[in-house]
Amino acid sequence: MQPFRVHTGIVAPLDRANVDTDAIIPKQFLKSIKRSGYGPNLFDAWRYLDHGEPGMDNARRPRNPDFVLNQPRYEGASILVARRNFGCGSSREHAPWALGDYGFRAVIAPSFGDIFFNNCFKNGLLPIVLPESQVDRIFADVAAFPGFKLTIDLEKQVVGTTDGSVAFPFEVDPFKRHCLLNGLDDIGLTLQHADDIRAYEARHLASQPWLA
Amino acid sequence: MHPRTLYDKLWSDHVVREESDGTTLLYIDRHLVHEVTSPQAFEGLKLAGRKPWRPQSIVATADHNTPTKDWGAGIRDPISRTQVTTLDANMRDTQPKAYFPFLDRRQGIVHVIGPENGATLPGMTVVCGDSHTSTHGAFAALAFGIGTSEVEHVLATQCLITKKARSMLIRVDGRLARGVTAKDLVLSIIGRIGTAGGTGHAIEFGGDAVRALSMEGRMTVCNMAIEAGARAGMIAVDERTLDYLRGRTFSPQGEQWDKAEAYWRTLVSDAGARFDTTHVFDAAHVRPQVTWGTSPEMVVSVEDRVPDPDRERDATRREGMARALDYMGLSPNTAITDIRIDKVFIGSCTNARIEDLRDAARVARGRRVAGSVKLAMVVPGSGLVKAQAESEGLDRVFRDAGFEWREPGCSMCLAMNDDRLEPGERCASTSNRNFEGRQGDGGRTHLVSPAMAAAAAIAGHFVDVRRLS
Repeated sequence: MQPFRVHTGIVAPLDRANVDTDAIIPKQFLKSIKRSGYGPNLFDAWRYLDHGEPGMDNARRPRNPDFVLNQPRYEGASILVARRNFGCGSSREHAPWALGDYGFRAVIAPSFGDIFFNNCFKNGLLPIVLPESQVDRIFADVAAFPGFKLTIDLEKQVVGTTDGSVAFPFEVDPFKRHCLLNGLDDIGLTLQHADDIRAYEARHLASQPWLA
Repeated sequence: MHPRTLYDKLWSDHVVREESDGTTLLYIDRHLVHEVTSPQAFEGLKLAGRKPWRPQSIVATADHNTPTKDWGAGIRDPISRTQVTTLDANMRDTQPKAYFPFLDRRQGIVHVIGPENGATLPGMTVVCGDSHTSTHGAFAALAFGIGTSEVEHVLATQCLITKKARSMLIRVDGRLARGVTAKDLVLSIIGRIGTAGGTGHAIEFGGDAVRALSMEGRMTVCNMAIEAGARAGMIAVDERTLDYLRGRTFSPQGEQWDKAEAYWRTLVSDAGARFDTTHVFDAAHVRPQVTWGTSPEMVVSVEDRVPDPDRERDATRREGMARALDYMGLSPNTAITDIRIDKVFIGSCTNARIEDLRDAARVARGRRVAGSVKLAMVVPGSGLVKAQAESEGLDRVFRDAGFEWREPGCSMCLAMNDDRLEPGERCASTSNRNFEGRQGDGGRTHLVSPAMAAAAAIAGHFVDVRRLS
């Protein structure tokens, strides 16, 4: 997994609440058995004017000029800011895969769907929860300043403007932060406790043999 | 010992290790697997040279991509077929406890086959790469959806790295009126607490109205806990739980049953147990529900009208409502019963069990689907549900009324197979999500109970099922 330490990037605003994972990556793209290649179909139904199917040449499809990611000022954006309950709904990890594949490294919102939030950390994508007032401020700044960038420092747990004039601290689970900073594969970490798992399992299945 | 919640008990019984910050290695008893969220996990496992830790914990089926008609023709879409045959191959290598492949008599929606085969038992931790895994909490199990990386983690280690959620009690007092179902109850709860109301929580549903629900009704309620934002929903063990499980394929038997039953009876929240959040509802106030927007929280009763965004004070909500009405092609203040529909879908892990089909058939019996309805389809939740329905003659009732009677699968709940809405089509659906495009690009979904869906099919628009004779 790609480590996340300090990242500076252009911010794209998605001014909607309850953006669900069906919207992030529609179902027809879930038929793939790969982990990559989802970027061109991120927000497919909003981003293109036609109906997308796997195998289409996305470069030739008509784009929706009103959709934020199609506006030239947000080209190359790597930080997404959205409204509350971002990533609700389906557990599909294709959602963070698509965001990452597109080039996003972080999503900022007042709240997230639990499963999506968890899935992000497994893929080097940092979800940041900020209070609504601070998210409002970011939306206002993005609107006011073309090319607006933010710098996210995971070590210091601060997101702020590149000149340091605004700095919002954020909370992050210490274990998830540790894994993300170091790009750690948590299966390897868990298997360091294989003896504990075996001991627990032996006890557990002995006391509840119907589980075996 | 101080009084503990059901969630406390389920949690502490599965802790392998706990770090000082609360990060926990949680043991997983049952791993349900389907074709969409597992191929990358098995590939990752193989690439790392790892093997599934305990194949006997795995119960698998193909459900999301499978067609619901012309089974003799196989799966026509080559990409869907590859995903299903990849699962076949992974299950051949894994040798799980059970695999119900495409065309198997016991194939079906993963959240239907687990309980009906007794593969979901009280006291278990149950996970699946599917958010509606919360369904299994109806059996006093700790059940929740996970992403594909976590599927791989469970395959490799039989554990998850996680932290305990906060606890929420949703207590529903009183009793539901005639014609009002578990689906109406859970939709009205989501309407009240919102789609993020349960975020960060594990919800226990309790109270007289919940106790009075059948196991299938309880599954419907727990199924939609995720639509209230909670990964897990659960309901305590009682006689009904035990009655349902006795004699199922994978339920314990004889002496083991007795031992299991003694343990399972402890799976209730102790008197005086403390919850972080409590909501109290009165079942008597619940009426048949119909969603009008693009989030399950956008719901009103069938007697109401489509709400007016101009009356909403919160700007984000107001814009969300206006966008939803635009997408749904609805005007504020329209009576719900004036909304005409094009298609009807009776199915999904929320409402495709035998009692759901009986409810719908009761309404359909001796009536005809309205001429203006292009398609009304019934998709049983599993092969066993289908066989049971056919043995009761429900298939004839539906067919005679003009419904299509299909093969089991997820079908038009998420439209990964050929069953879908065309742009602009409006559907009365017994599924769980009315998101934009969920049932097909540009499709408009109204979530309802099976009886309400059948009634809408007959009338061609929403009607109050309580007023049908």
